Amino acid sequence: MALFKKIKRSQPESQSIINSSSMPTKTRFSPRPRIMRFYNMPRIIGRMSVVGEKESKGPVGKYFSKCETDDKMGEKTFERAEIRMFDTAVRGAVRDARMDIDDIDVMISGDLLNQMTTSSYAARDIGVPHIGIYGACSTMTEGLMLSAALVDSGYFSNVLCAASSHFATAERQFRYPLEYGCQRPPYAQWTVTGAAASVVSRTTTDTERFPRITMAIPGLITDFGINDLNNMGAAMAPVDVIIAP
Amino acid sequence: MSENSSAIKARNQQYNEYVETVTPKTSIPKALFHSFVVGGITCVIGQGIGDITMLIAPNLPKDMVSNITSMILVSVAILLTGLGVFDVIARQGGAGSFLPITGFANAMASASMEFKTEGLIFGTSVKLFSVVGPVVVNGVVWSTVAGLVNLIILGMN
Repeated sequence: MALFKKIKRSQPESQSIINSSSMPTKTRFSPRPRIMRFYNMPRIIGRMSVVGEKESKGPVGKYFSKCETDDKMGEKTFERAEIRMFDTAVRGAVRDARMDIDDIDVMISGDLLNQMTTSSYAARDIGVPHIGIYGACSTMTEGLMLSAALVDSGYFSNVLCAASSHFATAERQFRYPLEYGCQRPPYAQWTVTGAAASVVSRTTTDTERFPRITMAIPGLITDFGINDLNNMGAAMAPVDVIIAP
Repeated sequence: MSENSSAIKARNQQYNEYVETVTPKTSIPKALFHSFVVGGITCVIGQGIGDITMLIAPNLPKDMVSNITSMILVSVAILLTGLGVFDVIARQGGAGSFLPITGFANAMASASMEFKTEGLIFGTSVKLFSVVGPVVVNGVVWSTVAGLVNLIILGMN
């Protein structure tokens, strides 16, 4: 009991020491850097991206692996089209890594829809254990970070991470019906029609030439008080990452 | 450091001011002109339909003619929505296209099209008023208020 009391008394003191001494900027978190360093060098050995027509005409259009000109991709609904796009990206990435689907240990993926419809249904057809993540715009990097951690720690040797979104399904989920005549302000964003997948694997003699993931820093949620629904760029621009102590 | 502390508020205000300076703006005179043209053309077409109806059937009462006119306008708006033309016009027209009765028709038709894939009852029927719901609610509420005010001031006649 005495020990418990002692700990309880000493806690606020140590907290105040951390806050006052080491960090001049005002932050409500402890200033300890939160960096993950991957010493076993997980590498991205296969990747595939599928995009819609609008994306393929953009400034980075030439870097995408495949372009789908039809928004519905021959399916009945936009959701099915997104699942198909996701499937194409995942299978393409596995092929790019010169592997078979059975070589993949786990898939970490996410999308924008309710209950992660796209990745769950795609994972059902692909037949790989699935970990769903929801990071909105950061889903892909979040997936890369987590898969690098899984590979680096040695739990798994080949992890697939994927993300997808579709303009039409996201509009229906978050905004107005497609044919509804509403005006967009000139700074409004469009949700990407696209899916991407990459295979993260541990370093062997075969994989040495591929890019490796050395470290990752999860960032803080920063809210600078942007209330405009359409101005997502301004809402997401401020970042708060503690890099150095 | 809560959300309401003065430091955070000052930071947010500063950031919002900065965002104001860098975001592109719509030019108001241009938008006004566009909505005036689109809304005006819609009204001229409506007037034309009314005049033609009166020419065809001169014995019809005036409110019947206006009913027929709005029915035709609504049908045309729904047809254009289905063909995927209406939202192209509305992107230019703004308020000029959604203030007339055509905007209401477009909002209902687009919602029913969008949720058709979820089934007739749980898709179309449930989501039909998802966009125009506020219009209906406010219409009912404020007409009730107006009726009550009318009743209090003028009494029952």
